[in-house]
Amino acid sequence: MDLTNEQLIKMYTTMVKIRTFENRVAELFAGGKIPGFVHLYVGEEAVATGVCANLTDKDYITSTHRGHGHLIAKGGDIKLMMAELFGKKTGYCKGKGGSMHIADLDLGIMGANGIVGGGPPLASGAALACQYLGNDSVAVCFFGDGASNQGTTHEAMNLASCWKLPVVFVNENNMYGISSCTRDSMCVPNVADRAAGYDIPGVVVDGNDVVAVCEAAAEGINRARQGKGPSLIECKTYRHRGHFEGDPCAYRDDAELEEWKEKDPIPRLEKKLLEMELLTESKVEEIKGALQKDLAAAEQFAEESPFPDVSVLTEDVYT
Amino acid sequence: MSNMTFAQAIKDAHVVEMERDPNIYVAGEDVGVFGGCFGVTAGLLDQFGEKRVKDTPITESAIVGTAVGAASAGLRPVIELMFVDFIGVALDQLYNQAGKMKYMFGGKAKIPMVMRAACGAGIGAAAQHSQCLEALFMHLPGLKVVMPSTPYDAKGLLIEAIRDDNPVVFLEHKMLYAVEGEVPEGDYTISFGQADIKREGKDVTVVATANMVHTALGAAEKLAADGISLEVVDPRTLNPLDGETIIASVKKTHRLVILHEEVKFAGSGAEIAAQVAEEAFDYLDAPILRVAAPFCPVPFSPPLEQAYIPSEQQLIDAVKKVMA
Ligand SMILES: Cc1ncc(C[n+]2csc(CCOP(=O)(O)OP(=O)(O)O)c2C)c(N)n1
Ligand SMILES: [Mg+2]
Repeated sequence: MDLTNEQLIKMYTTMVKIRTFENRVAELFAGGKIPGFVHLYVGEEAVATGVCANLTDKDYITSTHRGHGHLIAKGGDIKLMMAELFGKKTGYCKGKGGSMHIADLDLGIMGANGIVGGGPPLASGAALACQYLGNDSVAVCFFGDGASNQGTTHEAMNLASCWKLPVVFVNENNMYGISSCTRDSMCVPNVADRAAGYDIPGVVVDGNDVVAVCEAAAEGINRARQGKGPSLIECKTYRHRGHFEGDPCAYRDDAELEEWKEKDPIPRLEKKLLEMELLTESKVEEIKGALQKDLAAAEQFAEESPFPDVSVLTEDVYT
Repeated sequence: MSNMTFAQAIKDAHVVEMERDPNIYVAGEDVGVFGGCFGVTAGLLDQFGEKRVKDTPITESAIVGTAVGAASAGLRPVIELMFVDFIGVALDQLYNQAGKMKYMFGGKAKIPMVMRAACGAGIGAAAQHSQCLEALFMHLPGLKVVMPSTPYDAKGLLIEAIRDDNPVVFLEHKMLYAVEGEVPEGDYTISFGQADIKREGKDVTVVATANMVHTALGAAEKLAADGISLEVVDPRTLNPLDGETIIASVKKTHRLVILHEEVKFAGSGAEIAAQVAEEAFDYLDAPILRVAAPFCPVPFSPPLEQAYIPSEQQLIDAVKKVMA
């Protein structure tokens, strides 16, 4: 797959956008601006970015509790997301959902999910609709290593294979489900090994190499678009921060974290693009500056927006 | 006696029972090294080892289902469901398997297991991590449902739950974990089906559960200044439900307000109201009122979440209404 210069720069920009957003959310959470739980995507940006580079607004994704990166990569609006994180009326879900439930159905983003393993059946369902309606859209299911052990995930993959649904299951294997390490929670080295049980392709990629992710996803997505059924792509990656903000991470080693920081997907691509002379130091600064400006505007929008009025409490339960 | 939090009291019940009975094991997501999402099981792994304190993959259906199978084969599992909302993933194993086995098998099976779960709103955890679902469990024959409000009750009821030969759902409101109280050392039990009168009074009976007991006690304090005397009754277990104590209280006060956090529609209060209406209608001087959450999922935004949770003021208003 030959990625154009534009595509490479766009992926770089998307990853930096996710990183700056998440780092700011960490600060705002610590400062008490954001209530509830937040699960940040820092370190895993290449997965959502590489996969979503192959999707259009007409394609669907299902996300997870760690969903900010998926939303940004799929083209979501950080203003509306930030306002939602603040619990404001102007947010994506009018303040009713928060970080774990952000959705943008117009962009095919079928929601972050508070239930681990909640997404895979939904993705297969969206894929069923694509197949049934005969359009060439596909669905992508992002799910964690932890989620790979839920019955719902197995059931969704099996059914997708039986029905040859146009869905790609993208496993984000960051080695941990909260404190539980894949060493203890799985009996095969790779989530992708399980693909054999559903008779679908299963591939393992370096989840911190956005180009590799993009290429693997392109193959799965094209296959799905051609009516050849589902596939499973496992992206090996790592979260730099705690499971949620405030997690002291006593269950993992600092050395392990440092090792993975060496493989940080953003400096990796940046270095490559500088070497290829697609980027210059000043261009990097320009990109980062523009993203910071958008982020500041999003924060200001969130800050200045009102909280929802309590009169809306029981609205939206039924159509 | 020592002063401890609700969370510590629950842990203490585990320790007392695990020391006594080697066939008790604990299992759940992040219950070991991590000590449980709310810290309840912290230290159990060090004390009892991996055989008895089992971290599981994210697999609620298997956590509950293996407990049912193990219980029917001689163990006494005490499992943790991190948030009660996750029961959706595992409900079959609890209600079609655990709840029905004894009956379906003509009385032969015995399923001595406890499923603990954190419930309730108040921490901005949004729709899939904040619900109270006690009525759902009450509706399922074969299960017992426990919902403590104080550290003392939590420990005594959990020990009782572990010794019970039936599947018990033990609901821990997450806003209670840090609440402190006096708790006896060692071993004691509180029988199921025995409501506790948390405050005696003569004008209005308020039946409240979990953290709403504290809301009711706060209201009682304020209303006392206005010369209104509340009797606060805490059922402690919703199945079995101590209708007798509730009815005796209503026969004394002639007025009943029910306060709970779960939704009002088809909530636990509906059963309590119905029992009182059936047994003590003639004693009532005013309609039974319920103060409970509106019929919607738990919202995220803090002002909405606060509006969702039944408040002391709403209770005071209801009390004044039945007094009018
Ligand atoms: C059904 C269910 N069980 C448990 C949880 C609690 N929980 C939230 S995130 C998480 C870990 C998820 O691990 P993984 O799927 O690997 O995703 P990661 O957090 O690593 O991105 C757990 C156990 C939940 N939200 N839903
Ligand atoms: Mg993980």
